[in-house]
Amino acid sequence: MEWEVVIGLETHTQLRTNTKIFSGASIKYGAEPNTQACEVSIALPGVLPVLNKEAVQCAIKFGLAINAHIAPRSVFARKNYFYPDLPKGYQISQFELPVVGKGSVTIQVPAVGKNAAYEKVVNITRAHLEEDAGKSVHGAVEGMSGIDLNRAGTPLLEIVTEPDMRSAAEAVAYAKKLHELVQWIGICDGNMQEGSFRCDVNVSVRPKGTEKLGTRREIKNLNSFKFMTQAIEYETRWQIETLEDGGTIQQATVLFNPDTGETRSMRSKEEANDYRYFPDPDLLPLVISEADKAAVKATMPELPEAMKARFMADLDEESRLDVRRILENEVKNTTLYANKTYGLSESDTLALLVNIDLAAYFEAVVAQGVEPKPAANWIFSSLWPKLNTNEKTIANSPVTIIQLAQLLKRIADKTISNSAAKQVFEALWNAEGDVDSIIEAKGLKQESDSGAIEAIIDEVLAANAAMVEEFKAGKEKAFNALVGQAMKASKGKANPAQVNDILKKKLS
Amino acid sequence: MINSGLKQLGEMLHAKKISSVELTQTFLDRIQQYNPSINAYIALDEGKTLAQAKAADARIAAGNTAPLTGIPIAQKDIFCAKGWQTTCGSKMLANFIAPYDAHIITQFDAAGAVNLGKTNMDEFAMGSSNETSYFGGVKNPWSFDRVPGGSSGGSAAAVAARLCAAATGTDTGGSIRQPASLCGFTGLKPTYGAVSRYGMIAFASSLDQAGPMAKSAEDCALMMNVMAGFDERDSTSLNREKEDYTRDLIKPLQGLKVGLPKEYFSEGLDASVGKVIEAAIAEYKKLGAEIVDISLPNTGLSIPVYYVLAPAEASSNLSRYDGVRYGHRAAEYTDLMDMYNKSRAEGFGAEVKRRILIGTYVLSAGYYDAYYLKAQQIRRLIAQDFVEAFKKCDVIMGPAAPSTAFKAGEKVDDPVAMYLQDIYTISTNLAGLPGMSIPAGFAKSDDGVSLPVGLQIIGNYFDEARMLNVAHQYQQVTDWHERMPELVLPKEVK
Amino acid sequence: MALSIEDIKKVAHLARIEVSESDAAATLTKLTGILGLIEQMQAVDTTGIEPMSHSQDLSQRLRDDVVTKTNLRDEFQKNAPELGNGSTEPAVAGGLYLVPKVIE
Ligand SMILES: [Mg+2]
Ligand SMILES: [Zn+2]
Repeated sequence: MEWEVVIGLETHTQLRTNTKIFSGASIKYGAEPNTQACEVSIALPGVLPVLNKEAVQCAIKFGLAINAHIAPRSVFARKNYFYPDLPKGYQISQFELPVVGKGSVTIQVPAVGKNAAYEKVVNITRAHLEEDAGKSVHGAVEGMSGIDLNRAGTPLLEIVTEPDMRSAAEAVAYAKKLHELVQWIGICDGNMQEGSFRCDVNVSVRPKGTEKLGTRREIKNLNSFKFMTQAIEYETRWQIETLEDGGTIQQATVLFNPDTGETRSMRSKEEANDYRYFPDPDLLPLVISEADKAAVKATMPELPEAMKARFMADLDEESRLDVRRILENEVKNTTLYANKTYGLSESDTLALLVNIDLAAYFEAVVAQGVEPKPAANWIFSSLWPKLNTNEKTIANSPVTIIQLAQLLKRIADKTISNSAAKQVFEALWNAEGDVDSIIEAKGLKQESDSGAIEAIIDEVLAANAAMVEEFKAGKEKAFNALVGQAMKASKGKANPAQVNDILKKKLS
Repeated sequence: MINSGLKQLGEMLHAKKISSVELTQTFLDRIQQYNPSINAYIALDEGKTLAQAKAADARIAAGNTAPLTGIPIAQKDIFCAKGWQTTCGSKMLANFIAPYDAHIITQFDAAGAVNLGKTNMDEFAMGSSNETSYFGGVKNPWSFDRVPGGSSGGSAAAVAARLCAAATGTDTGGSIRQPASLCGFTGLKPTYGAVSRYGMIAFASSLDQAGPMAKSAEDCALMMNVMAGFDERDSTSLNREKEDYTRDLIKPLQGLKVGLPKEYFSEGLDASVGKVIEAAIAEYKKLGAEIVDISLPNTGLSIPVYYVLAPAEASSNLSRYDGVRYGHRAAEYTDLMDMYNKSRAEGFGAEVKRRILIGTYVLSAGYYDAYYLKAQQIRRLIAQDFVEAFKKCDVIMGPAAPSTAFKAGEKVDDPVAMYLQDIYTISTNLAGLPGMSIPAGFAKSDDGVSLPVGLQIIGNYFDEARMLNVAHQYQQVTDWHERMPELVLPKEVK
Repeated sequence: MALSIEDIKKVAHLARIEVSESDAAATLTKLTGILGLIEQMQAVDTTGIEPMSHSQDLSQRLRDDVVTKTNLRDEFQKNAPELGNGSTEPAVAGGLYLVPKVIE
């Protein structure tokens, strides 16, 4: 039998606020245990919650970004259960009336093997505001767990999809897209190691062609895309094998073990959870008006979809005029680029849109008067990977916008060759000076004086008479060898195209 | 002096006829004399109290006096007061020293009032007789074998026995008004949201409201001037302008429309209590009030609704008492589950556990709609009854409690009978309306003891100033509020 | 909806309150009485009536996202319970609250 896997995701994104969702305690990561656990965080008798405005604005931003219905009135509820990292004995969350309703995200699923890349729409069921729990620390005292409530009360937006995904690749493409989006709109720092973006994946299988959903198991707290792929693939295989062996799937919560690559059921609770949700009497309904939405919208950057269309539209010559008024600190002032179009391909565009700062960097470089296509190439194939391997962000890129633009101009005006440009880029990265002084200091200037090149070629021809003979005898390869010799003799400075032309003339 | 009103005491302090230390010491001496038998206070701290009195005297000397500066106030042990043992009447919090101040404590401190001590109460404010307190019952100063009412029983007995100048209480279903009726003093439960709940240990969050317990309406008005007001730390605090609750005290009552709900005068009301209430109404007629017959048809449902909503909220509010960060932890346990189960079984008393179980049950899967949701729907019907009623009258009057103080132990094993004590008070909590009880006379018990009876006055939202006016005018022509219990009369008065 | 001993046990477990067999029976009697009182509600037709959670029809106020709390850990941990099982030491170590091992 052929099987189909059905996947839905619930993602907890930690919102980028200064303080907790219901109190003025800091949420900075890495503080000493319980030093950011105020009286509200530790649930002292008599304390009360007051909602953080910024957390609400983050939720609105997300709702706008996925074109969702934003509830004019939403309600906070208590989810009751006992756990030592849950100090009140209930989590304040949203249940029946979430702040963000139905919306959607368009994902690009990359090509795998002989399957081509494709686009797909993933429907978002809802997104709701809630508070995070604290952390249990093991091993501090023998036989005991230590409770740190610094994280308790940290604002989260839980984003829930429909069961729309049909493979691990789709699930990961969605998770990556969501990860990019929440950072794009600035509501989450995206730091997966610190737990700022955690995915719960619901997996079930059913015979291909059938409608009825199989029983799902929920893989909890995946905090890397690699683990997500492994976990889903393992879980899918396990479910199919179980069913094919005549077994049944029990609804369960499972954990993924990265060491074994397997999922295992959490210690089964005999009782089904009964969270006894009810509206939190300490909080009033959250009311969001059209004006509130408009105010938030005004602060939002251009969204990836719109930017993608713009980047791919035919090149607008204005886009690469030397706009000197664009100062480096204004690179994110996107209104400057509101009408600019670049005629980029879809793949180039998508490569730039992985990060809003990267896209803004690109636009600022082009605005310095360079061609979009080579600018894009340099940014996503040289700069971006180098930033990533060195764990740097665009904001603290050692190569500035002005520098990269200057470098691209020197390639365009043939001052340096592409290979010399790579050396200049390295030098810029190491802060060895500006573009022109590096070219000067390293003697990378391309030789385009045809007289000088002719002289070099003459010497090469004289010294390699055998090769010349071979070429004349019909060996095409010998021509390339002669070009190589000429370039070598010029110490790489000769313009390769010119060398080609002159050599052709001389040999004909 | 112990029978003087707050205004009078303030004037004496201001004129330096007496110091705050002397006044405070007078009450501390009385507490020492009577508290062992009455058990009104759970926590006393003479050092802290007298230090505050000294500071008040310095403030008065510096000419920086506010109306309550130097006046000793008893605080219900439901309010967190920094450095004070704050137990909420429970073994669970027997060793809890509050590390922060409730909003109203901050307000009293800023006014220069003196914290005389923390008063006894039903455990987590769950009770109508003060018998559920872990720290023992409280005696009614009018008859030591009777209860003072509850849950603010300690504050009630302290005010009635003149063991404080005034006190604070909280009222979730009648916990200020029923004890005010049973102990014969003036108690006000304000509009929900008028007084911040920050630092007040939660019982049923959507119903809990703090208010003053004092000898007279005028005293309650002065207390309200300190207690009420917007607090941004409580999301349900009403963001309204600060008001002077004494502003309307002296207005005449000519033309006042008093509504009498027929449901408040039906079966269930002790005949002797009913007679006192009728006499009080007659007095109001003399003062120029016009009597209007009204109906609050859903009154009978207020108790069932309350005993769904309050326990549901309480079951969740009390989940934080898990023995992890503060409060009682069992001495012996095998694992986490065992620690939770034992700590909570040992730390909570029988009534609190009953309400947690009821609350858990009505919220649990499959029952939510039939109980919780239904109760919230009927809650709206009850609130609408009042909206209709206030179209016909300015204030509503009736009894605050169906009977006078009952004997200790009489209802303790019959929760349902105990719950019926709040039949006339609960619906105002459900609606969020202000209500008060004022001394209206005495009724003879079966065994021949004369016991106080309270007249309840219910106002429309934010109408406390008018209610206080209505009460004050009555107190100008009656002296019920000045009567003191024989058992605690100082020698010179005897 | 008649309450059973099993219901009492289930609810007590959800509420994390240990109830002995004899307590459960006594509790059943009391809770049955209270539920009897509550059952009066079922006579009311509430079709179409909007549930009332708060007495005032107001909306949630929002707090500015500004850090206002300072570290009061040591102050707060003075109220930590005794560890138990023979130890009267406070149930804290290295700033952490101590509980019996949490197993996932
Ligand atoms: Mg979830
Ligand atoms: Zn969640």
